Amino acid sequence: MDLVPQESDAPDSPRRRSFMARGAAASLAAVAVPATTQAATPDNLPPNVPQWMREPGGGFLNPPYGLPSPFEKNVLRKLPDQPAAFPTATRTPLQSLFGTTTPNGLFFERHHAGVPAIDPAQHRLMLHGLVERPLLLTTKELQRFPAVTRSHFIECSGNSMAEFKAPGKGSVQDIHGLLSGAEWTGVRLSDLLGEAGLLPSAQWILAEGADAAAMTRSIPLAKALDDALLVYGQNGEMLRPEQGYPLRLLLPGFEGNMSIKWLRRLKVGDAPFQTREETSKYTDLMPDGTARQFTFQMGVKSVITAPSARQVLDGHGFREITGLAWSGQGSIVRVEVSLDGGRAWQAATLDGPVQAKALTRFRLPWVWAGQEALLQSRAVDDAGNVQPTRAALLQRDGQNSIYHYNAIQSWKVASHGEVSNVHI
Amino acid sequence: MSTYKTLVLAGAILLAACAPTAPVKRLGLGQTPSAEQIRGWDIDVRADGAGLPPGSGSVAQGQAIYQARCLACHGEKGEKGTGPRLAGGQGTLASKSPVLTVGSYWPYATTLYDYIHRAMPLDSPQSLTPNEVYAVTAYTLHLNGIVKADAVLDAQSLAAINMPNRDGFRPVRK
Repeated sequence: MDLVPQESDAPDSPRRRSFMARGAAASLAAVAVPATTQAATPDNLPPNVPQWMREPGGGFLNPPYGLPSPFEKNVLRKLPDQPAAFPTATRTPLQSLFGTTTPNGLFFERHHAGVPAIDPAQHRLMLHGLVERPLLLTTKELQRFPAVTRSHFIECSGNSMAEFKAPGKGSVQDIHGLLSGAEWTGVRLSDLLGEAGLLPSAQWILAEGADAAAMTRSIPLAKALDDALLVYGQNGEMLRPEQGYPLRLLLPGFEGNMSIKWLRRLKVGDAPFQTREETSKYTDLMPDGTARQFTFQMGVKSVITAPSARQVLDGHGFREITGLAWSGQGSIVRVEVSLDGGRAWQAATLDGPVQAKALTRFRLPWVWAGQEALLQSRAVDDAGNVQPTRAALLQRDGQNSIYHYNAIQSWKVASHGEVSNVHI
Repeated sequence: MSTYKTLVLAGAILLAACAPTAPVKRLGLGQTPSAEQIRGWDIDVRADGAGLPPGSGSVAQGQAIYQARCLACHGEKGEKGTGPRLAGGQGTLASKSPVLTVGSYWPYATTLYDYIHRAMPLDSPQSLTPNEVYAVTAYTLHLNGIVKADAVLDAQSLAAINMPNRDGFRPVRK
């Protein structure tokens, strides 16, 4: 269904691979996509016995840290098509993923001064300010605290920002790919604050990263005591370097940049610290020239990932419409799908368990017979928030804001099956 | 280990796991950082100027540092470059093409010190001395017409600056 040209990327013959697997170069051979390729041949289709059943396959530990099939080599994070002097982020291939867990190698990246190479043995978390007992903790000491594991999404507040102005020409990855979901493991921030003891005047906490930006945001104490986590685990393994290895803050449902990566310092104060990131950057400029500040929570939002822009429906008949819904303010309770640009809506089914501030997968069966369609999805959360239309969002926020775009996405399906991004 | 001993041990572990645990007040994990350790990492400067170090710098000194360390990305007058625009844009926030700069948008001059020190220049953050940071801060403010050409900034005078867009923000804490 992808428009990306399907290259002839069949790996080299199994005979060669199995020979290599027995040799010393086994792990090297598995990393490189074989130079010689051959087109898929009907010889491997019924009634013939496929070539890969006629001889033993590759060996173990090939490589020791497993990789996707070479046939999936196009499922990658990507930079925006437009080159930039200082690229800011890579995006998750939402159109190619299933379920609600983003594989760690495909989790979107946003950083402000590069990914630091941190030796965990030399990393420390300092907790100080308005506390009874300042603390300095090693990564190992943090891992001795009682741990919790929870699923949450992270979405950049700048996700989908170009849609404020005009419909983007890229794929759902280009348009909405600053969004990923994972199962996180770590320590409750409230436990750590209890260990240090808060002074009565404590109101805000400055969180600071150990990157070259010393990325800094002020966190309201209520959030810190509610569901904030200090995480070291992501989808069952240690955080990846680009996700904050060896320690990041995780503020479920809040705009992504507040979940400070490479966390090195927490300073408890009595007022917001008014850092550059929460004054000049992550604030929302309104049409009257004033700006909303501290718009932390990500709004209720959904997007159909299949079919989605840049795809072409590969034939008439049955298929599922599927996508993701999420809210920074709670759990998704309902997702509705429209086939006609929002005139009629039908309820999609939600894959369970539906979790708060986590990605939720929705599905709707569909029979496509070549008719034009305008596909939309609309999510509702348990706080009663309804995903707005683009017109309603622009009415509220204008077009000078670049953050917190959560409007209903419209995909146009043409009669020849091509899917494109439209504003209606 | 005999099978019997293994079973007993497994049983003990199960019992321990099922036993209600008393709420633990403190775990006693971690060290107490020294005052010197805290001082080395406690780099933030608050809106009211708390955290600003001793020292001072002039617009003229800042111009020299700017030309050597900042101009490549931010342009001659902070208005053109590959990096974020620093100057100009005042009066554009309510227009169709708002220009967000230090002068048009930033609510606090102290944030400039905090940010330059922690993150700039991009290729060697935290390398400027306090005097140099005061100077570059002064020059950036001068590019925006906020301080005069002969201005010298220190902790007190920087914290006293009232930025043009000081009242342009509405906290919502949503």
